[in-house]
Amino acid sequence: MKLDEFFVTGDPLIYGADVSIALTMIGAIFVLTYFKKWKWLWTEWLTTVDHKKLGVMYIIAAVLMLFRGGVDALLMRAQLTVPDSSFLDANHYNEIFTTHGTIMIIFMAMPFLIGLINVVVPLQIGARDVAYPFLNAVSFWTFFMGAMLFNISFVIGGSPSAGWTSYVPLAGLELSPGVGQNYYLLGLQIAGIGTLLTGINFLVTILKMRVPSMKLMQMPMFTWSSLITMVIIIFAFPVLTVALALMTFDRLFGSHFFTMMDGGMPMLWANLFWIWGHPEVYIVILPAFGMFSEIISTFARKTLFGYKAMVYSMVVIAGLSFLVWVHHFFTMGAGGAVNSFFSITTMLIAVPTGVKIFNWLFTLYKGRIRFTTAMLWSLAFIPNFVIGGVTGVMLAMAAADYQYHNTYFLVAHFHYVLISGTVYACFAGLYFWYPKMFNHRLNERLGKWSFWIFVAGFNLCFFPMYFLGLAGMPRRIYTYGIGDGWMSLNVLATFGGVLMGIGFLILVYNIYYSFRYSPRETTGDPWDARTLEWSTPAPVPHYNFAHLPEAKGHDAFWIMKEEKKQGKAPEKKPYKPIHMPSYSGVPIIMSVFFFTAGFGMVFSWHWMSILGLVGVLATMVIRSFDYDKGFYVSVEEIEETEKKTTL
Amino acid sequence: MKSFFALSMFLAVMVLSGCSNLTVLDPKGPVAEQQANLILFSIGFMLFIVLVVFVLFTLILVKYRERKSGPEYEPPHIEGNVFLEIVWTVIPVIILIVLAVPTVQTIFALEEAPEATSHKDPIVIHATSVDWKWVFSYPEENIETVNYLHIPEDHPILFKLASADSMGSFWIPSLGGQEYTMSGMMTELYLQADEIGEYRGRNANFTGEGFTEQVFTVTAESQEDYDEWVEEAQDAPKLTQEKYNELMLKGHTEEQTFSETHLQWVDHGMDAEYATKVRNGESTDEDESSEMDHSEMDHSEMNHDDSEKDSEEHSH
Repeated sequence: MKLDEFFVTGDPLIYGADVSIALTMIGAIFVLTYFKKWKWLWTEWLTTVDHKKLGVMYIIAAVLMLFRGGVDALLMRAQLTVPDSSFLDANHYNEIFTTHGTIMIIFMAMPFLIGLINVVVPLQIGARDVAYPFLNAVSFWTFFMGAMLFNISFVIGGSPSAGWTSYVPLAGLELSPGVGQNYYLLGLQIAGIGTLLTGINFLVTILKMRVPSMKLMQMPMFTWSSLITMVIIIFAFPVLTVALALMTFDRLFGSHFFTMMDGGMPMLWANLFWIWGHPEVYIVILPAFGMFSEIISTFARKTLFGYKAMVYSMVVIAGLSFLVWVHHFFTMGAGGAVNSFFSITTMLIAVPTGVKIFNWLFTLYKGRIRFTTAMLWSLAFIPNFVIGGVTGVMLAMAAADYQYHNTYFLVAHFHYVLISGTVYACFAGLYFWYPKMFNHRLNERLGKWSFWIFVAGFNLCFFPMYFLGLAGMPRRIYTYGIGDGWMSLNVLATFGGVLMGIGFLILVYNIYYSFRYSPRETTGDPWDARTLEWSTPAPVPHYNFAHLPEAKGHDAFWIMKEEKKQGKAPEKKPYKPIHMPSYSGVPIIMSVFFFTAGFGMVFSWHWMSILGLVGVLATMVIRSFDYDKGFYVSVEEIEETEKKTTL
Repeated sequence: MKSFFALSMFLAVMVLSGCSNLTVLDPKGPVAEQQANLILFSIGFMLFIVLVVFVLFTLILVKYRERKSGPEYEPPHIEGNVFLEIVWTVIPVIILIVLAVPTVQTIFALEEAPEATSHKDPIVIHATSVDWKWVFSYPEENIETVNYLHIPEDHPILFKLASADSMGSFWIPSLGGQEYTMSGMMTELYLQADEIGEYRGRNANFTGEGFTEQVFTVTAESQEDYDEWVEEAQDAPKLTQEKYNELMLKGHTEEQTFSETHLQWVDHGMDAEYATKVRNGESTDEDESSEMDHSEMDHSEMNHDDSEKDSEEHSH
């Protein structure tokens, strides 16, 4: 292979990316060396098994990916603003929408949510860490390496360009001969390992690691949503793993699972993809629902309305999520009975979702509503998500879907649900739990600026797309003619997209500004909140709880505060040594080997993939013979820490 | 929050005024009309739901914001309300039933030829997507066109859809919804034009580099004009297999007309491999094709029968 086939050449945008990647890396290396931070980075972060630190790293990675996916989005908007634009050519545009979709779902939405779950859920259930802390680190690093493998594709070898759904035969070897599609397969496969491990880890954590006094029906709603999400992950992700593996065999080893030649079944891919893909949508929306529940309840100063209905509706949604996948291809001609069945199951999802919307509304009813930034994001979710939801019902009506399918109507719909659901939740959760993670709040003034600009931009960007869809504009076209009459709405959409970008930049600036100027927290409970994570002091000690808290209801911390007001102070018990897991460098090293194996497979350099896989195996063996059973935090250290922290 | 609604209102007005030609809601045939009616019917209910939620939402936010209630107000402890929760479970269920019934009816109605013209035999047209062009075969008229269609008005057309390679989607928004074209499979789609005119058709499913330009025009004309066009087209140069194989190569092409159809060599609804073989140089001339595997042979034999009947058998 020649060097100019290895590196992507010929496009000034790519050269610009090359330069900025090189500069960022040099800058990072310089800063770490200059401030002598290498050791600190390794011992405190890269080898950590602390769920709070892993959560923070997930979120940092997700924000970086949000930036990358956002740049992709703005490039697309730039291209589509005016008809017959020659800013991007067809291939480049195809690569950009492919990476945009894949990155936003797999490498932005999921890690952002999993990051918040990592930080919050163990604290909410009164646990000192997750059930399998080592595995948690493996989860993060495989996700991170998978994401990096996928991301380098645009400078080394070329990006995938068959859409994030990668429908075959288009994504097969005959029609997509380059290495781009291999990056998609291997990047997702490696990151998928991490997700599946997270699913198992948090399922066990939530079921087995709760403080003994917390019953299932007393768990905070975010914990409930996470539990259900983990069940969906465990059932859905193996399907993706298998589907990706089969396509990898097709492309690398000449098998014929999905090929046109020799009796392959291309449509099988679409089915497998969406049997994973639709539950995936709920994997990224249910934790969002959980967060909104917590935040709305906190800032309405009221317990959640219809707690049980909220739980059951999520269970129903999770069950139905496995029964609707065909609605992604009603137009495959499966016949009236099949399409009718999947139309109805899809519509049914609206019922539990509607129940949740009204329960949130009635949580607000008779509340005392404080408009903090976290609350604003949660409130804006309701009307925007309803728009996304009702258009979802419209799309569920198969006979009408034949006209919406593959158009901007669909694009508008799923951005309305994914952005106003997942992205708003990520931002709301970030503002809400930021003081738990970093011991200071984000600035509210900047937060509100960023909120209003982003939300206005979002509606301006995506609402017109419903009409573009009805005007017959298909998705994934890289340009259109002046005669199509789609320009004015596209200009509006681009304007909205730019506003969203500005809103995001203000958020990033807010992170810097608040780091510099925000007052540090003096209590662990800045919002007067209701669940156990807020009972931990500021900053949260690495062992989370000196004494395990007691849960007497589903607003456990609120109840504790009420009892305190009535003068029922909890008795002071002596501290006992706390058992904690040791940090380990194995997860990151193992994941580097995964990356090596993946990179080798992308280019069919089999010596490299074998080397990588041997490395993975070796690290597993090393781990198996690791007799480190963790360590005990001494009573003196606990006393020292608890004195320093405040509550 | 108020400004949020002001913004959405502003948006709605802007968008509605800026967009007078919503193709999908301006149907030119019975299929598109049924779909447009279903869409408008559902929009009505959806607006009602949106209205209920938005009004409730605004009222609650205005009434229970802290600035109004004051910092001393302590909200009551309300766990839930079984009656209310039943209400907002049952009402959506009823709405969904009301929406599901016409949906299912329309789904099944669209499987059949349009009712108003059911006394006419549908014209069969094979529409085949090839990267990145459209090949249309009229087996009864024995003509083949590339990237354009002629159809008579008020006459049901039965499209038999297949793909030579990547999965496409055959879509003429003015006449009705889309359906996928797949290699080695055949799907069927009834459409009909009630008005004379030129309509735009395209591939709606992403097929790679040339996808954007994978479009065609549809001319709906009076029966006499259509018959005249058919006669003219029958005088067009014969489609040779060599010529057809050229069409199998990836790329765009201008509108073309041939007499005779490619169905004598290949039915892409049965044979998923033809285009790939051509591209790999495996069957570029006719001598070779006669020695090709059995499925090829079976095809050319079957085509001597009533082609409509035989494709009925292997249709999806």
